[in-house]
Amino acid sequence: MKIVVCAKQTFDTEAVIALTADGQVNATGITLIIDPYSEFAVEQAIQMKEKDGGEVIVLTIGNAGAQSAIRHALAMGADSGVLVDDPAIAGGDSLATALILAKALEKLNPDIILGGFKSSDIAGAQVLPRVSSILNLPNVNVATHLEWADGKAQVTRELDDGVEIIEVALPAIIGAQQGLAEPRYPSVKGIMQSKKKPINTWTLADIGVDAGAVGAGAAKTKVVQYTLKEARKGGRIIEGEVPDVTKEVVQLTRTEAKVI
Amino acid sequence: MYQFNEEEQMILSMVDDICTDIIMPRAQEIDIQDEFPWDIHQVLAEQGIFSLCFAEEYGGAGVGLHCWLKMMEKIAAVSCAVSMMIANVSLGSAPVVLFGNEEQKQKVLPELASGEAQIAFGLTEPNAGSDIGGITTTAVKKGDKYVINGNKVFITSGSVSKYFSIFAKVIGEDGSRKLSCFLAEKDMPGLVIGRNEEKMGLHGSVTTQLFFENLEVPESAIIGQIGDGYKIVFQSLNKGRLNNGAQATGLVQAALKDATIYAKGRVQFGNPISEFQAIQFMIADMEIGLQTCHLMLDNAATLFEQKSPDLMKYASATKVVCSDMANKATADAVQIFGGYGYCKEYPVERYFRDSKIFPIFEGSNQIQRGIIAKAVYKEYNE
Repeated sequence: MKIVVCAKQTFDTEAVIALTADGQVNATGITLIIDPYSEFAVEQAIQMKEKDGGEVIVLTIGNAGAQSAIRHALAMGADSGVLVDDPAIAGGDSLATALILAKALEKLNPDIILGGFKSSDIAGAQVLPRVSSILNLPNVNVATHLEWADGKAQVTRELDDGVEIIEVALPAIIGAQQGLAEPRYPSVKGIMQSKKKPINTWTLADIGVDAGAVGAGAAKTKVVQYTLKEARKGGRIIEGEVPDVTKEVVQLTRTEAKVI
Repeated sequence: MYQFNEEEQMILSMVDDICTDIIMPRAQEIDIQDEFPWDIHQVLAEQGIFSLCFAEEYGGAGVGLHCWLKMMEKIAAVSCAVSMMIANVSLGSAPVVLFGNEEQKQKVLPELASGEAQIAFGLTEPNAGSDIGGITTTAVKKGDKYVINGNKVFITSGSVSKYFSIFAKVIGEDGSRKLSCFLAEKDMPGLVIGRNEEKMGLHGSVTTQLFFENLEVPESAIIGQIGDGYKIVFQSLNKGRLNNGAQATGLVQAALKDATIYAKGRVQFGNPISEFQAIQFMIADMEIGLQTCHLMLDNAATLFEQKSPDLMKYASATKVVCSDMANKATADAVQIFGGYGYCKEYPVERYFRDSKIFPIFEGSNQIQRGIIAKAVYKEYNE
């Protein structure tokens, strides 16, 4: 089985996010990692390969720096990587991302496509459903378990109050939720082997995407502003005799906290 | 400073992850139980940590010493006891790596690299610690075998090892006594594993007595040549001392981090104690020490890779500086934590106990200074 994992590179989940003077997300000094949701998908793909054979290809959009996310997946056990890198991509939105992935996937012609159902940074959860529209393939997201056989997949999907199990014909696009597969730590051996595994770089021309169809000019959405969450304020201890303190607390819940 | 390549960075990032996710949550328990943590050993083996010590032709990863030492430092910063089992594979195997023949290397190193087997370095005796010349374990040739008698103490990982690099004096027919090194195996009759010591620190790293009661080893067990003993000891310990330096540096790092976080949160006289100069000076001294340790380790590791004839002086100096710094930094960390630092609730108490061995083992710091002085004397004649 040929498995393609759409993987994204993102900020280290422990990084402290700050904004630059002109209101953009400050990427300076931030460690970039493979997105945790992509990593669940990579692990699932490797487990499928280990069980039934086949190959795992990691597909990423980004500049040369994004190779490290692919390398991480290769060190875990994926076989090869494809990086779509083109200056025209900059400034695009999820529509463009989906179009690029769809065209690259057409070229790779996989039996199954995995990815994170959302990313840990933007969390738009837009890309895989859009890819499925473009390719006219079934898509199941928020997947926490996957069984596959005879050209079909049974996907367990997390709902607010339980799970549903959906059957789809392959090829299909499965979006991983936490719990689908617990990512392994790459071993030293895997890391050393990863440097011998190929990462192919494709331009938009290589996959037949018109530069005008992606990038800032083609974006249907525009980020107007980023604002950081207000920092949590420290608690306040009100000291004194219990009856007095109680009165004051009740008072403050009305006047200050305004919850009553 | 050495720049880690992409693979080494990936390896060190993986080490960070297993330190945070797996070793750190077990560290206190390992200290309290004082039993060899086989679960952690298995994780390290699966991740290929032991392979970092060896060349590719023997199942190793073929990375340089800098990466090995940085890995050790990271692990020692979360559990010094766990770092001991790793450091010990390096020291125990050093005689084979440096002086062993191809057959010995093929037999032992792949098993060590995979973590399937461990190896102990059998040098110290009850009456021969600093004074290696005082070793009384003997080996006598009998047919095509050597018969070894004597006993060893303070042998790290002695009770969990499959292989042993044992130092003994070969008694010649002319009465000569030549210090030599033998590769012994656990199952050989006459090799008796004694009890594990109860130590002040490094709980979970086992420290064992060994007894040789007519232990017969084949001639093929000789590492190097008969009489190579001193050479093997000193060259092996050059590597061992860098391992110790890296471990001690890990303790400095841990002490600095914990003390800083605590000092910023602990309020006295209406202010976080981190605002007080008395605390700032201790924290600053830890940072100065940490930078010093890193530079000395980096330099000594480079000299090791270059096979520099000056290595010994630098390895000894590195061991002295890092181990003294670990003692000071962990003591200061306990001081900053005050009464809480004296209790087991916080890990600084463990760091303090673990640090005390570093100026003692693998050549006390007094012996190191003697080595350094002798090297200096050689440089300035007349």
